[in-house]
Amino acid sequence: MAASRKKARNDEANNPTSPVVKFGPDKPLELAAGVKLAPFQVAYMTYGELNAGRSNAVLICHALTGDQYVASENPITHKPGWWEVLIGPGKIIDTDKYFVICPNVIGSCLGSTGPASINPKTGKAYGIDLPVITIGDMVRAQAMLVDHLGIDQLFCVIGGSMGGMQVLEWASSYSERVFSALPMATGTRHSAQNIAFYEAGRQAVMADPDWRGGRYLDVGAVPEKGLSVARMIAHITYLSETALHRKFGRNLQDRAALTFSFDADFQVESYLRHQGMTFVDRFDANSYLYLSRAMDYFDLAADHGGVLADAFKGSKTRFCVVSFTSDWHFPTEESRVLVHALNASGASVSFVEIDTDKGHDAFLLDEPELFSAIGGFIVSAARARGLRP
Amino acid sequence: MNAAQTQRIDLQVIADLLPAGSKVLDVGCGDGELLDMLIRDKQVDGRGVEISQRNVNLCVARGLSVIQGDADTDLIYYPAQSFDYTILAQTIQATRRPREVLEELLRIGERAVVSLPNFGYWRMRTQLMLHGRMPVTADLPYSWYDTPNIHFCTIRDFVNLCEEVGAKVEKAVALDGNGDKIGLSMPWWLWNFFGQQAVFLLRR
Repeated sequence: MAASRKKARNDEANNPTSPVVKFGPDKPLELAAGVKLAPFQVAYMTYGELNAGRSNAVLICHALTGDQYVASENPITHKPGWWEVLIGPGKIIDTDKYFVICPNVIGSCLGSTGPASINPKTGKAYGIDLPVITIGDMVRAQAMLVDHLGIDQLFCVIGGSMGGMQVLEWASSYSERVFSALPMATGTRHSAQNIAFYEAGRQAVMADPDWRGGRYLDVGAVPEKGLSVARMIAHITYLSETALHRKFGRNLQDRAALTFSFDADFQVESYLRHQGMTFVDRFDANSYLYLSRAMDYFDLAADHGGVLADAFKGSKTRFCVVSFTSDWHFPTEESRVLVHALNASGASVSFVEIDTDKGHDAFLLDEPELFSAIGGFIVSAARARGLRP
Repeated sequence: MNAAQTQRIDLQVIADLLPAGSKVLDVGCGDGELLDMLIRDKQVDGRGVEISQRNVNLCVARGLSVIQGDADTDLIYYPAQSFDYTILAQTIQATRRPREVLEELLRIGERAVVSLPNFGYWRMRTQLMLHGRMPVTADLPYSWYDTPNIHFCTIRDFVNLCEEVGAKVEKAVALDGNGDKIGLSMPWWLWNFFGQQAVFLLRR
């Protein structure tokens, strides 16, 4: 790993490039684990201007390995914002019209309190001394940020995958604060298969001797091998079999014949190794454990006596649920369960399934049919909210 | 009036039946033409269910609140009396279980509006009687082997079904081949003969 990037990542965890709001002991975050986290901080980016009526705020919830730099350069990788195809001036989420807020989630490592943050009691990184974080905790922290920004109701809350779970949590716990909601490529709970894949990833991290019981930051080590294997496993679930085969087939990597070794003979192996190695440059291994755990623990129906529809009882929020045909991480069936529950609760809901072979990650890509559907949803919601669409 | 206009003249008739501002579920909403019209002209709170995903995506792109779903299987997820009106426009003949669908419509909506093509229309009868062939018309252009319309009925048959499920017919309009309304004072048999399509306003 480039040493400069490692340092950059550690710095970003505590003193991010983005703005950050700090909550002192008087404003603790009440965690689902039953403890209060204080002090804590939320790093966030904003784009565009809040209007006079404070009614044009759009909250973007990022996925497991995402960050607050949704529409601007990531300070570690120096890559463009991860959702610039959707968000920016003149884009579907037009920053000339909307005030876009994107917080880094609690438990992550880009400036909001997480396992790589310094524990004020010890002066060292929390590591796995940080209580387990839930999707509900992330959203509660975001609500405190939204309060801090002086916004009562969000015009729209948008997110895919783990971000979609946060959208659903927002719509359920703060229904009156969410005018419209756009959960994409997500579900109301992790399936056993999803838990299984993430458990394999966590075990890979923890099996790396450099993980050191979670205290690797104290000695300047990084469980690179374990974390990159975890990323490789997860990355497979984000792509479809068709897309993977179309992209790589059985092509060999920079060689004419098999080497009869365990080198990366196949292009797909080389690709996965690259995905793993670049990931460890920008992400904290313990954060990966915490955030994947948060997704495993999420179960919206269980939070409401087993009746999913009760999570949205009396909701006035306008929903647009989006799924993708080739997504086997959060298959369309998961969205359908959500849509039926929303129907049963009498909520206003649209549901589009986008035909694509790009798998789970399709929500991050330039999909014209996706953009025309969510564009229509946003415009009609804006009209209903009395905003200039 | 050209074919396209007469074809969906039922949409205007349906719109005329609905009071402004009502809460409406359009089952089988297609590309959202009726919903769009109802929201624009009648300021309804409109939702839709449509079986074709392509149509659903078009509906959402035009700003409508529509989900992909099957009238035969997905209406059970809606709570009772959650809408003022449910609408089934030119769709009942394409359902697998028309009776159950009608019962669901009346459970979900305070009232139901159903429009249907009349298989008792004289042109249909002529084709069957004189040519001995299953009718194919401009409005129903499918052959028997590729039609999505699997449960045809006549106006009379539908009135019988309404009686069977205990639905009261509050209003009924039959439209002739020109899209004109057939006089209210005319007897049922005449409607059944000259009506190319009919629109019913039903109540539980």
